[in-house]
Amino acid sequence: MTGHDEFKARSLDTAVQETLKKAKEKGIETVWDRYEKMLPQCGFGDTGLCCRHCLQGPCRINPFGDEPKTGICGATADVMVARGIDRAIAAGTAAHSGHAKHLAHTMLKMTEGKAKDYTIKDADKLKAVAKRLGISIEGKSDMQLAKEVAETALGDFAEKHEGVYWATTVLNEGRKKVLSSLNAIPKGIDHEVSEIMHRTLYGVDADAVNLLLGGLRCGVADLAGCYMGTDLADILFGTPKPVITKANMGVLKADMVNIAAHGHNPVLSEMIVKMAEEMKDEAISAGAKGINIVGICCTGNELMERHGIPACTHSVSQEMALLTGALDAIVVDYQCIMPSLVTVAECMGSKVITTMDICKITGAEHVEFTEQEAGQKAKEVIKIAIETFKRRKSKAVDIPNVQSTVIAGFSVEAIVSALMNVNPNDPLKPLLDNIKNGNIRGVCLFAGCNNVKVPQDKNFLTIAKKLLKNNVLVLATGCGAGALMRHGFMDPANVEGLCGEGLKAVLTAIGQANNLGGPLPPVIHLGSCVDNSRAVALVVHISNYLGVDIDKLPVVASAAEAVSEKAVSIGVYAVAMGLPTHVGVMLPVLGSPTVTSILTDKIKGLTGGYFIVDLDPETSADKLLSAINERRKALGL
Amino acid sequence: MKNPKEIFVNVKKCTGCKTCEIACAVEHSKAKNLYSAISELPTVKPRLSVEWHLSGKSIPVLCRQCDDAPCMHACITGAIRRDSRGVVVTDTDKCIGCWTCVMVCPFGVIGRHLQTHKAYRCDRCPDRDTPACVQACPTGALVFAQSDEYSRDKRLAFVSEIAEATKEKA
Repeated sequence: MTGHDEFKARSLDTAVQETLKKAKEKGIETVWDRYEKMLPQCGFGDTGLCCRHCLQGPCRINPFGDEPKTGICGATADVMVARGIDRAIAAGTAAHSGHAKHLAHTMLKMTEGKAKDYTIKDADKLKAVAKRLGISIEGKSDMQLAKEVAETALGDFAEKHEGVYWATTVLNEGRKKVLSSLNAIPKGIDHEVSEIMHRTLYGVDADAVNLLLGGLRCGVADLAGCYMGTDLADILFGTPKPVITKANMGVLKADMVNIAAHGHNPVLSEMIVKMAEEMKDEAISAGAKGINIVGICCTGNELMERHGIPACTHSVSQEMALLTGALDAIVVDYQCIMPSLVTVAECMGSKVITTMDICKITGAEHVEFTEQEAGQKAKEVIKIAIETFKRRKSKAVDIPNVQSTVIAGFSVEAIVSALMNVNPNDPLKPLLDNIKNGNIRGVCLFAGCNNVKVPQDKNFLTIAKKLLKNNVLVLATGCGAGALMRHGFMDPANVEGLCGEGLKAVLTAIGQANNLGGPLPPVIHLGSCVDNSRAVALVVHISNYLGVDIDKLPVVASAAEAVSEKAVSIGVYAVAMGLPTHVGVMLPVLGSPTVTSILTDKIKGLTGGYFIVDLDPETSADKLLSAINERRKALGL
Repeated sequence: MKNPKEIFVNVKKCTGCKTCEIACAVEHSKAKNLYSAISELPTVKPRLSVEWHLSGKSIPVLCRQCDDAPCMHACITGAIRRDSRGVVVTDTDKCIGCWTCVMVCPFGVIGRHLQTHKAYRCDRCPDRDTPACVQACPTGALVFAQSDEYSRDKRLAFVSEIAEATKEKA
C-alpha cells in the first residue's frame, strides 16, 4: 500500500489518517506499527488453547486435534477455553465495579465531610436510587441518604444472603426468574470475581458448562458494577441532559492550554473541569487564551454527557491526540490507557500525568489524587499543563481541521422526559406504538472499543449505516459512541441522509415536540461504558411497561470492535439480559467447539440471548437485522 | 552421494505461534535456556522467521541449504562452504560483513548481526539430532526428513485422498 491508502487501511477517521502521516514522517511508532510487528500472533492464544494458570504450564493444546490434546493436568480444550473466558469476565467485572467502588468511597467521604469538593448534584436521583434499594427516605437529609446509599453500595461487594442489590433491584421480574433458575444472581460483586479466580485455579472446576454458568453470574455482577457506577456518578455530578458539543481532534485549540482527560472515572475529571475555570487567569498570564479541556475514551464520555466537554479522539487513536503537538497534558485515571502514550508524549514535548495508586506508568509524572484534596490535586495537574504550554506555545502544531457536531447526554431520565413532551401521561407509548407499527423496526446498542485489527470505525459505521437505513433505533456508549460521533452520526443534520423513512419520522416528531427545531440525532448517545447500564435500564423499563420479558423484545447489541476484557463482561451481561449480542472481533474460544456452540447457540435456550461472532460488518448487520425480525415475528409484528 | 535431511514446512499446520523462533534462539544462546538467553550479549537471534501473509497464513522461512547455493558462489572471502553434514555454513572468522550473501539469497534468510557484524543463518543445529525448531513446533508444521522420504509421504497422502474421493463416488 502506498500514500493515503496505507492510512485508510488503519483508520476511517480522516483526522487520524492525517495524523498518522505525520507520525510516519517523524518516525514515531504507533499502535498500528506495533501490531504489525506482533504478527503472526500466537495461534494458541488466539484460539484460547493456552493456559498459564499453574507453574507446571504454560500448556497449550494442538488446535488441529493432534497431541497434545490436553494440558499437563488433563484439562481438555473445553475446560481450558472456558477457564480463560471466565477470567476475562472476572477482569472486566473487577474494573467496572472498581470504578463504582471508587465513586461509593468518594460519596461516603463527602458525607463524612472528608471530600469537601464533592456535592450532591442530583438529589432527585439520590432519592430514586434510595427508594429502589429499599432505603427509607422519610425525614432524612440528602447527606444522610447519600451516606446510606454509599454504605449500601459498598455492602454490595461482599457476599451476602440477599444477593447484590444493584442486580436484584434493577432487573424486571422475568429476568430475575430466569437468572435465579440458572443460579446467576450474584451474591456479592467482589465475591463473584474472587470465586471465578478460585474455580479457574489449578485443579478446581473442570466442567465447561459449570464454568460458563459461573461466568454468567459474574457477568450479572458486572452489570451491577456498571449500574452502580452510573447511579452514583449521576447523584454526585448530575444526571445527563442533551447537550450540543463537538468531537474529533479539531476541538484542540493552538492558542489555549489543552488538557485531555483520559480514562474512565468522573471522580478526577470532574475536578479538572471545575478547577480549569478557577485557573483560567493563570493560563492567560502564561500567554494562553484559556484552558481547553477535551476528552479521550470514557472519562471523555462522562464529561461530554454532563458538561458538553468535546471529545478529542477515542480508543485505538489515543496516541494521535499527542501527535498533534497541541496537547499540553494528558491526565489519566485508569483503564484503556496505552503505556505507549509516555513515549509519544516525550517525542512531542508533552506530559502524561497519572493520578491513581493502581495505575502508574514508568516515565509519566504522577500526581497522587485523593478525594480529600481533590480540587488541590486537580490544580496541580493543570499547573503542569500550563508549564508545558509555555514551552509549546511558540512551536507549530498540526491540529487536523476535522470535527463533527454532536448531541450527547441521553440518560434514561432525559429520554423519558423528551418522550413526555410527546405524550405527558404515557411517555413510552409513542415509542412503542412506533415499534409496533414498524416505523422503528427494533433497537440496537453499540458498545465497546476500537480494535487495531479492524480499520478504525469501519465495523461501527458499516453496521450502523445499514441498521439506520432499516429503521433500527441506534443507541451507543463508550468508544462505540466515540466512533459514531466522530463521523457525524450524532448530528441531527445527518438524519436525512442516514435514516430510513420510519425512523426519520419518529426522530423528527420527538425533536419537534421538544422544540429542537429539528430531529433527534440519528444515534442516541447514552454515555460511557459503565453507562451500558442505561441501555439495560431502558429495556427493563420497556419490558415492565409491556409485560414482556427482554428476551422477546426486538433489541440487539454489538461490540463491533471490542478490545478490553470489560467488553467481554459487558457482552456476557447483554446475553444474560436476553439480547442477541454481536462481537466483531474473534473471542478466544474457537479452540473449543463445545464452548463456541454454547456461547453462540445453546445459551439461547437458557437466557434467550446469545453471541453472534462475525468479523464481516456487512453480514454482521444482516444477522442483527434478522435477529430483530425473528423477534418481531414471534411477537406477531 | 550424501542424502542429508532437510527442514520442510507443512504450511497448512503453521499456527504462527513462533515457538520455533524462540527454540532456535535458545539453542543458539550460550546458556541454552530461555531465562538466561533473553539477557545474553551479543543478543541471541533466531535463524528462522515465521512470516505472516495478509490471507491470514503464516509460514516459517529458513535456509533451504541449496545444493547450488548462490551465497556460497557470491562470498568474496570464501567464508561460506558446505560442511561434512552437507550444511552450508559461514566461517565467522572469514566473514567481513559485506552482505553479498544477503543480497543474493533468494529467500532472505541470512541475517546481519548488528553487534558482531557477522552474517548468521540456520546451521541445522550441529549439536542436535533433530533441529530445535522442528522439535519445538507444537503442530508438526516443521518436518525434518530426507527429501525422498518427504516426497513419499506427500505421495501417500495424495493417494489416500484420491482413494477416499473415489470411494465416495462409487
